[in-house]
Amino acid sequence: MTVGLPHFLTVGALLFSLGIFAMMTRRNAVALLMGVELILNGANVNFVAVARYVDGGVDGHLMAAFVIVLAAAEAAVGLAIVLAMFRNFGTADVNAVDSLKR
Amino acid sequence: MSGDLVFYGFAALTVLSGFVVVFARNIVHAGFALLFTLLGVAGLYALLGADFLAVTQTVVYIGGILVLVLFAVMMTRIPRKEQRRRGLDHMVPAGIFSLGLFALLYKVSAGSFPVREPGEAVPTVKAIGVEIMTDWIFPFEFASLVLLVAMVGAAILIRERRPARAPEALPENAPGETAEAPEEVHA
Repeated sequence: MTVGLPHFLTVGALLFSLGIFAMMTRRNAVALLMGVELILNGANVNFVAVARYVDGGVDGHLMAAFVIVLAAAEAAVGLAIVLAMFRNFGTADVNAVDSLKR
Repeated sequence: MSGDLVFYGFAALTVLSGFVVVFARNIVHAGFALLFTLLGVAGLYALLGADFLAVTQTVVYIGGILVLVLFAVMMTRIPRKEQRRRGLDHMVPAGIFSLGLFALLYKVSAGSFPVREPGEAVPTVKAIGVEIMTDWIFPFEFASLVLLVAMVGAAILIRERRPARAPEALPENAPGETAEAPEEVHA
C-alpha cells in the first residue's frame, strides 16, 4: 500500500496521543511542556498532510506556521512560569505546588 | 517506492523518539529525544512538499524552543536522591484514555477524505509570502503582537523581585572584602 494521507494522519494521531499521555502522567513541569510540544506537532502534521492531499494550497502551511509561532510564545511564557515556580517552591514537580488546596 | 521507505524512516524516528520523550525517567533524555521527534517531523514536512515549514521547524523549534526547554531542564534540576521516585502518575487511566483517543483519531483518519492526487511538489515560499501579505495579514500582525506580549510577560515573570521597602536589608559587604579588588584597577 503506497503512502498516502492516512499514513501521515496516523503519525499525527500518534504524536497527539503521546502528548496527551505525557500531560496526564508526567509530574515534572518541563516534561508537561514537552507534552504540549508533541501535541502541537501532531496537529501540525495533520495540517500539512491535508494541505497536500486534500486542499492543494498553502493555507495549511500558513496555519502550521502560526502554530509554530504560538508554540514559541507558549514555550517562553510557560518556561518562565516553571522557573518562577522553581524559585518559589524549590521544585519543578507540579504536584508539590498546591498552596491553594490547603 | 523509495519515497515510501523515507516516509517510514521519518515516521519511525518521530514516533519512537516520541515514546522516549514520554517514558524516559531522566528529563534530560526526554529533552534530547524531543530533538529527534522534531527532526522527524521536519522530515515529514519536507516529504509533504512543505519546504518553508521544514526549515522553519528546524530553525524555530530545534534552534529556539528546544534550547529554551533544555535551559529550563538545566535550571530546575533537583538532587538525584529526590529524583528516584517514579516519574509517572496515573499510568492506567491515562493509558486507557490516550489509547482510546488514538483509536478514535485513527478511525477518523482512515475515513473518506476527498483525496486528490498530489502533483509534483513545488516551492511554497513565494505563495506563502503572498498569502501572508494579503489574506492572512491580520493573523500575521496579531502574531507579532502576541510575540511581543509573550516576550514582555516572560521577562516580568522571571524578574528578581527587589525588597522594595528596605534598602538596608541589602547584604552589606563584609569589612575584609571591600578593601581588595577596586584599588587594583586604578593602580
